[in-house]
Amino acid sequence: MTIPTSSGPFTHASTSVQKTMFMVLLALLPATAFNMYLFGWPAIFLFAVTIGSCVIIEAGCLMLAGRPVKVTLADNSAVLTGWLLAASLPPWAPWWIGLLGAIFAIAMAKHAFGGIGQNVFNPAMVGRTVLLISFPVVMTAWVAPHPLFSVGAPGFADAIAITFGGHMPDAMSSASALGHIKTELSRGIPATQSITQVPDMMDMALGYRAGSMGETSILLILAGGLFLMAKRIISWHIPVTVIGSLFLIAEIFHTADPVHFTSGTFHLLSGATFLGAFFIATDYVTSPVSKKGQLIFGVGCGLLIWLIRNFAGYPEGVAFAILLMNALTPIIDRYTRPRVFGRDRKGEPLALSKEKP
Amino acid sequence: MKLYPVRGGIHPEYRKEQTSEKAIVLMPMPAALYIPLQQHIGAPAEVLVKEGDLVKKGQMIARSQGVISSPQHAPTSGRIAAITEVAAPHPSGLPQTTIIIEPDGKDEWAVLPEPIADPFAADPHLIHERVAQSGIVGMGGAAFPSAVKLNLGTQKKLDTLLLNGAECEPYLTCDDRVMREYADEVIDGARIMAHALGTPRVVIGIELNKPEAITIMSKAASAFAGVEVIGVPVQYPMGSERHLVQAITGLETPARKLTADLGIVVHNVATARAVHHSVRFGRPLVSRVVTVSGRAIREPNNILTPIGTRITDLIEFCGGFATRPESIVNGGPMMGQPLASLEAPVVKGTSGILALTTEEINDQPTSSCIRCGSCVTICPCGLSPVEMAAFIRKDNLEGAAKLGVRDCFSCGSCSYVCPSHIPLVHYFNYAKGMLSDLERELRKNDRVKTLVEVRTIRIEKAAEAKKAALAAKKTAAAPAATPTVDEEKTNA
Repeated sequence: MTIPTSSGPFTHASTSVQKTMFMVLLALLPATAFNMYLFGWPAIFLFAVTIGSCVIIEAGCLMLAGRPVKVTLADNSAVLTGWLLAASLPPWAPWWIGLLGAIFAIAMAKHAFGGIGQNVFNPAMVGRTVLLISFPVVMTAWVAPHPLFSVGAPGFADAIAITFGGHMPDAMSSASALGHIKTELSRGIPATQSITQVPDMMDMALGYRAGSMGETSILLILAGGLFLMAKRIISWHIPVTVIGSLFLIAEIFHTADPVHFTSGTFHLLSGATFLGAFFIATDYVTSPVSKKGQLIFGVGCGLLIWLIRNFAGYPEGVAFAILLMNALTPIIDRYTRPRVFGRDRKGEPLALSKEKP
Repeated sequence: MKLYPVRGGIHPEYRKEQTSEKAIVLMPMPAALYIPLQQHIGAPAEVLVKEGDLVKKGQMIARSQGVISSPQHAPTSGRIAAITEVAAPHPSGLPQTTIIIEPDGKDEWAVLPEPIADPFAADPHLIHERVAQSGIVGMGGAAFPSAVKLNLGTQKKLDTLLLNGAECEPYLTCDDRVMREYADEVIDGARIMAHALGTPRVVIGIELNKPEAITIMSKAASAFAGVEVIGVPVQYPMGSERHLVQAITGLETPARKLTADLGIVVHNVATARAVHHSVRFGRPLVSRVVTVSGRAIREPNNILTPIGTRITDLIEFCGGFATRPESIVNGGPMMGQPLASLEAPVVKGTSGILALTTEEINDQPTSSCIRCGSCVTICPCGLSPVEMAAFIRKDNLEGAAKLGVRDCFSCGSCSYVCPSHIPLVHYFNYAKGMLSDLERELRKNDRVKTLVEVRTIRIEKAAEAKKAALAAKKTAAAPAATPTVDEEKTNA
């Protein structure tokens, strides 16, 4: 028997980083699988390229840093980053978009900061944002749904041409709902009129619409999010505040000025609102650790999404909003530490009183 | 009864079923008993016997020294075989002075102090005195001399004695069994303690995962006014004194204060039973119930063990090891201490001996923190373990202290939930140790500085006195001479 060198406890929950990440992947699966079906072979190819690149780049970075490669890769975090990055890409984008995105996400946003747990910004969102700014045309080339094996959907060979040959068929492109309304508004056409040209709310909720590779099915994303909450991987604080604050501010402005502002429901159902609220804003590493901090973070994200969608140059603002709030996370953490037992907020011992708090 | 919410906490796997239905059994007298002089917080006891002496069961063999201390008694009759250094039941395994008794097998009682006929009419001081002389210490694990705590009524206005039957540590069932099998003795002890403290009210807090104990204790308590049993939520660390007080009264004990400052004194249920024995029968604390459990133990059990029984003997009584244990823990798995040696004896604060397998401990290699925030959410003290650990890793102890690392009582909840298996408690224990070392060093420096200053002043004074004396002598020698201008200057 050796002399024990460690303090207790001598029992541990059966949690691990690997299990946590795996649960998130599992929760993403239905929504993503639906989108793979909806956008067909090109989406499946791009998805594979993006995740594959992320894993390979992660391995390379780990080797350069002299860290254990196998063990660290097994934590699934690179797969998750790749998955979320792919989920935020236009489904028929060429292969090099996935590869470049992976380089920015894994090498620049994650490993340059010190690897898992050390990054300030959400890697997938950094990847997406850099791509969007650098390649605005490719990154906004949306396609209407072309379900696998349906008439007019690209076959295996066509898909190879789309993903690896850069042959984006013009006829198949389609605007996203957010993009359409923004363009029309800039031409002086009121939102009340242009909203009739986007898919109806039911199609939007079910996900039968143009959009990024993993964002369109609100219902499946919601199901995944609720699964994560039930498994206590995430708590309600961030998703509810992101969605709630976005809905509220959109609804207030919509009521006051429906010509320029679309409804709260429309904001929730379009773009990456749900994917962002449940799967990206809730990223452990880049969001606050305290529940109070998470509430502030969520409200900040919700308001920024609305501001960017309405007043900035881009029709979609989820990625920007989350990155901006990521930057605020350290300061939010600093000011939202819980009150220590027996002390006031300043850290002084409580006054001795027999009053119940 | 309305309960109040308590922050954070966890729901570990309790694994109490290994022993919760095992009635208390008596440990056969081992070949030798090892009675360390220090089994309590405070000064070690002073030896009263010498090698070769014959002692009777319950005879005092070491007396308390100073205000915070406790005597030791012979747990059985026999011969003092040696007074020597033996490994202590402490993670360091360092030796401490221990009286070794060879039992004679007769288990003959010494002449005990007379029972206190009507303790409720007795002067509280008489009860304090009796409890102190009986060597009773907190049996929940902290082992603070109980008489000192019973004396708080003379200094503070108290209204409630809170009896802690939460037993929130996984595995441990000794308090559960004591409550189920000796409810009347526990309640009688509690009422005596309440009388000694001057508190009109006795509340017994028991976690709801012990329904039999709650039923039996409630029935036993129903005979007395002012004694109530309250089921408290199953939420580790409910058995922490401050958290139990908060759950039951809603009062939050200020930092650096005691629950007694709020009028509440907390004692463990087994301690109450020991008080019953000492007041009603004059019997000192010579044995206790110990839970021996863990999957590496062949037959886990609750055992009434003479103080001083070696842990190895206790484990042998439980059929030895079923498999190789990964760790032997003294106490519960959350806050217990690892044991360096099985040769160490059971002491008054030993609530459990656990032989745990690798699977039970489930200690995975540490990976990077992913800032999941679980530790912040569950910390019952409202601390931010993730941030404190980051500071301590960089040896920024000052930063960790500012975040309140000294308010951490090492309940282990953060380490338990951490998905990256970071040994957070280990960091905090390290920081607390280093910080108290630094403080001691500072105090020492301050003291040295003060001493130097005092010395300088003393030397100056002496020099002045000498000068004055010299001047006086001079004046005496020339009383007629008027001081010259020069002299005046020098005097000024």
